[in-house]
Amino acid sequence: MILRALWILPACAMLLAVAIAHAEIPAQERKSGAEFMSPQTQAMQADDASNPGMLAVLDGEAAWNEKAGAANKACADCHGAAEQSMKGVSARYPAFNAATSQPIDVAGQVNQCRAERQQAQPLRAESRELLALTTYIGLQSRGMPVAPPDDERLTPFRERGKALFNQRLGQLNFSCAHCHEDNWGRKLGSAPIPQAHANAYPIYRLEWQDVGSLQRRLRNCMSGVRAAPYSYGSLEFIELELFLAERARGMAVETPGVRP
Amino acid sequence: MARALINVPAKAKKGEIIEIKTMLSHPMETGFRPSDDGKLVPRNIIKRFVCTYDGEAVFSADLFPAISANPFLSFTLVATNSGVITFSWTDDNGQTQVQTAKIEVA
Repeated sequence: MILRALWILPACAMLLAVAIAHAEIPAQERKSGAEFMSPQTQAMQADDASNPGMLAVLDGEAAWNEKAGAANKACADCHGAAEQSMKGVSARYPAFNAATSQPIDVAGQVNQCRAERQQAQPLRAESRELLALTTYIGLQSRGMPVAPPDDERLTPFRERGKALFNQRLGQLNFSCAHCHEDNWGRKLGSAPIPQAHANAYPIYRLEWQDVGSLQRRLRNCMSGVRAAPYSYGSLEFIELELFLAERARGMAVETPGVRP
Repeated sequence: MARALINVPAKAKKGEIIEIKTMLSHPMETGFRPSDDGKLVPRNIIKRFVCTYDGEAVFSADLFPAISANPFLSFTLVATNSGVITFSWTDDNGQTQVQTAKIEVA
């Protein structure tokens, strides 16, 4: 009798562990944030004539061909037509930057190129110019699956990103997972809680009346739980971006997305 | 110059009803919003939009502060003859932006 009772103990412990961990969303249940929007907002995103993100794309296209910095070079002078050279780039970023031994996202890469190749001042985080370029670069991956690189060197950063995603924070003491893995599809006030897949950034958010990056969105959520947001371009954000890219692997890129 | 997205069909049949879509990049600053220094940002909105077809005004709109940034206007016209469709947006500072599109009517 005692022996029979004993094997139950580890089984109980396992059950308990499952109950505490957040339910990761199975691949077949993953939904883009667009599926939680009203049909009107979906139509706005689907039609390039009504998607306000396309205005940023036009700005980005102009910036791509504009000479800048002491080197007097445009992005196009090295990279050529973005339609070919930037195809799939946003889908696989953040990537590992060997020079700094750290991961880097598209916005960071743009500024690194500006500093090294164009010898120009870096663009301010969340500035109109930087968002225009990242939106234009993002558009070149539209429809392609999110495909983070299988780079061993990224693993520790991605793991830290996952830990941050599951880390309780702020006065409300919530982690990202509390809403976006345990309660997606339910409502927070009147707004549906999406699964938080980062496959449409930079987005045109109707609430912002403007285009914004994934980091701006993450900062919004952080102040929502009354936490001090990480600063733009911080390693924490890049780590979160890495984890979110892995979490959205295979989902179609929607840049420029429209969100309510 | 601000960016504008204009969608006009390049070709249409005579008498056909065509849909026009326009969007102008504009902040539509309401005048009620304080900036970082606490002072109100002066109002700057698009006040007037006019569309002319071969020189004749066929659609116009007065806009107000409650209208969102990057105002999107969509309307229909009857394609009567080949010609130029002109769009103009005028803001509080009196600046007018004009864009044109050609349509071929068979």
